[in-house]
Amino acid sequence: MSRAPTNPIHLSPIHLSPIHLSPGRLALARFLRRRAAVAGLGVIVVFVLAALLAPVIAPYDPVATSWSAIRKAPSAAHWLGTDENGRDVLARVIFGARASLLAGVVSVGIAAVLGVPAGLLAGFVGGWVDAVLSRIVDAMLACPFLILAIALAAFLGPDLKNAMIAIGVTAAPVFMRVARGAAMDVAGNDYIEAARALGNPPWRVAIRHVLPNIVPPVLVQGTLAIAAAIIAEASLSFLGLGQQPPAPSWGSMLNAAQRFLTQAPWLAIFPGLAIFLCVLSFNLVGDGLRDALDPRQRT
Amino acid sequence: MKARILQVIPTLVLVSLLVFGLQQLMPGDPAVILAGEERGDPVVLAQIRSELWLDRSLPEQYIHWIGNVLHGNLGFSWRIRQPVSELVLTKLPVTLQLGAMAFCIALAIGIPAGILAAVKRNTKWDYLVSFIGLAGLSTPNFWLGIMLILLVSVQLGWLPPSGYVPLTVDWRQSLATTIMPAFVLGNAIAAVLMRHVRSAMLTALDQDYVRTARAKGLTEWRVVLRHALRNALVPVVTLGALELGTLFSGAVLTEQVFSIPGFGKLVVDAVFNRDYPVVQGVVLVTAFMFVMLNLLADVLYVVINPRLRVA
Repeated sequence: MSRAPTNPIHLSPIHLSPIHLSPGRLALARFLRRRAAVAGLGVIVVFVLAALLAPVIAPYDPVATSWSAIRKAPSAAHWLGTDENGRDVLARVIFGARASLLAGVVSVGIAAVLGVPAGLLAGFVGGWVDAVLSRIVDAMLACPFLILAIALAAFLGPDLKNAMIAIGVTAAPVFMRVARGAAMDVAGNDYIEAARALGNPPWRVAIRHVLPNIVPPVLVQGTLAIAAAIIAEASLSFLGLGQQPPAPSWGSMLNAAQRFLTQAPWLAIFPGLAIFLCVLSFNLVGDGLRDALDPRQRT
Repeated sequence: MKARILQVIPTLVLVSLLVFGLQQLMPGDPAVILAGEERGDPVVLAQIRSELWLDRSLPEQYIHWIGNVLHGNLGFSWRIRQPVSELVLTKLPVTLQLGAMAFCIALAIGIPAGILAAVKRNTKWDYLVSFIGLAGLSTPNFWLGIMLILLVSVQLGWLPPSGYVPLTVDWRQSLATTIMPAFVLGNAIAAVLMRHVRSAMLTALDQDYVRTARAKGLTEWRVVLRHALRNALVPVVTLGALELGTLFSGAVLTEQVFSIPGFGKLVVDAVFNRDYPVVQGVVLVTAFMFVMLNLLADVLYVVINPRLRVA
């Protein structure tokens, strides 16, 4: 009796020829199978497009005040309502994506640039270099992340650039730890031994052979760190230490909204929802990447 | 174990250097800020500089400062004109009360949810718990606080939206003012906890002793709770110490949203008043507690896990 295969997995090319796919392709295939991660990626793309095309798609000027439209509830003219200065909330949420995404990406970039080389050095060289760098990282991690970021941002002066520096510096130790652990893992492999035996100088082995192999865990950490950095930027802006008014940012919009909770609750709902969706998406993508790039960590 | 305890010393020295270094970043001359109206008088400025050792070299300043810290003197608030150690001692209990309540809430949510997700692995329950956990991690503390105030205080009128009553004054009022902020703080910790419990339970449920327990004919809930959970909770102990940082970071904004006069509010107010000794004191005290709690967690970990004991 012949029966058609009932399990669709048997028909997928991944199952038929796993050997012919490169590790990168395999990881991509594993990532694409995680629907939540793909959905997260979709939402991130929407946010990025909104940030890039903000001047085109925003229905109003985000800083234009209007005395005739103060604290108007959501309507056909203003989909998400207007704020205490008559500014369109939708326009401000769309423009606010710029500050949040920029802060997320730039501060994580700073953290990676500071943390990854230090971690590579500590993990690859070991010995006293590792001991010294690790103690410095322990000391930085002992200070609560947000308190340290607030202190740094306050000492540097309140603006978006300083907030990004503060968040980046504060987040660097985590990257150092991740890169260090991965570098130690990789350094024990035979191909590293072979590269050394061929007479490559240590720096060349570190950059050409170790660095490319620690990219996956750093990429996962980077994605999750963007989520944390977006919350951190919103927190600093909420306290008045980030993006300065009247330029829109989700955190500072929430700060203003607090004063009008009874009269204008929509002011508090939408910027927060934007932060939540954006951060959730980066977390979903980060989790998906971890599963796709590091199958050992799968539960 | 001895090595682990000794490791704390260089870490604490580096923390102190870091906190001291923060002071060097501050804009403006502290003597000018402190002199106030008399900032034009060079005699006053010189006097302040000599009192605060600001006219000495940096190493001298550090040794003077760390000597004071070791004697329990964290300096003097520029704004409130009170010793920083006194301020810390009055504000810390408020945040610790919030923290204790937050941990209870986190345990009450995180452990059962983690067990459920592990036992019902790869079912809709597992996905639901995982999604709620991730959503909890993705919600900014201050927004969750504002939304709770909007729903519970503004719409329903059940709880006061802000303020704080100490436990010793009226415990009912105290609970009423702290339950919402404690939930906000606990939410983030619960999310982390449920993910850890889930993966620790999954590992434990795969072990031979669980199979043996099942083979003995024990009921499933007994296997899960008595055999798997006991072992799964061992790594979770360390998590408690690590989450202290989350707690203090979270308290900064949560106390701001609910107007609670705790540690977090102290540091935010100090930042805005340019009251640097207070900022330094708060960072130093939280970092010290974090390092000590981590040490305690590592010691406890060995004590409750006999396999790690070295003869």
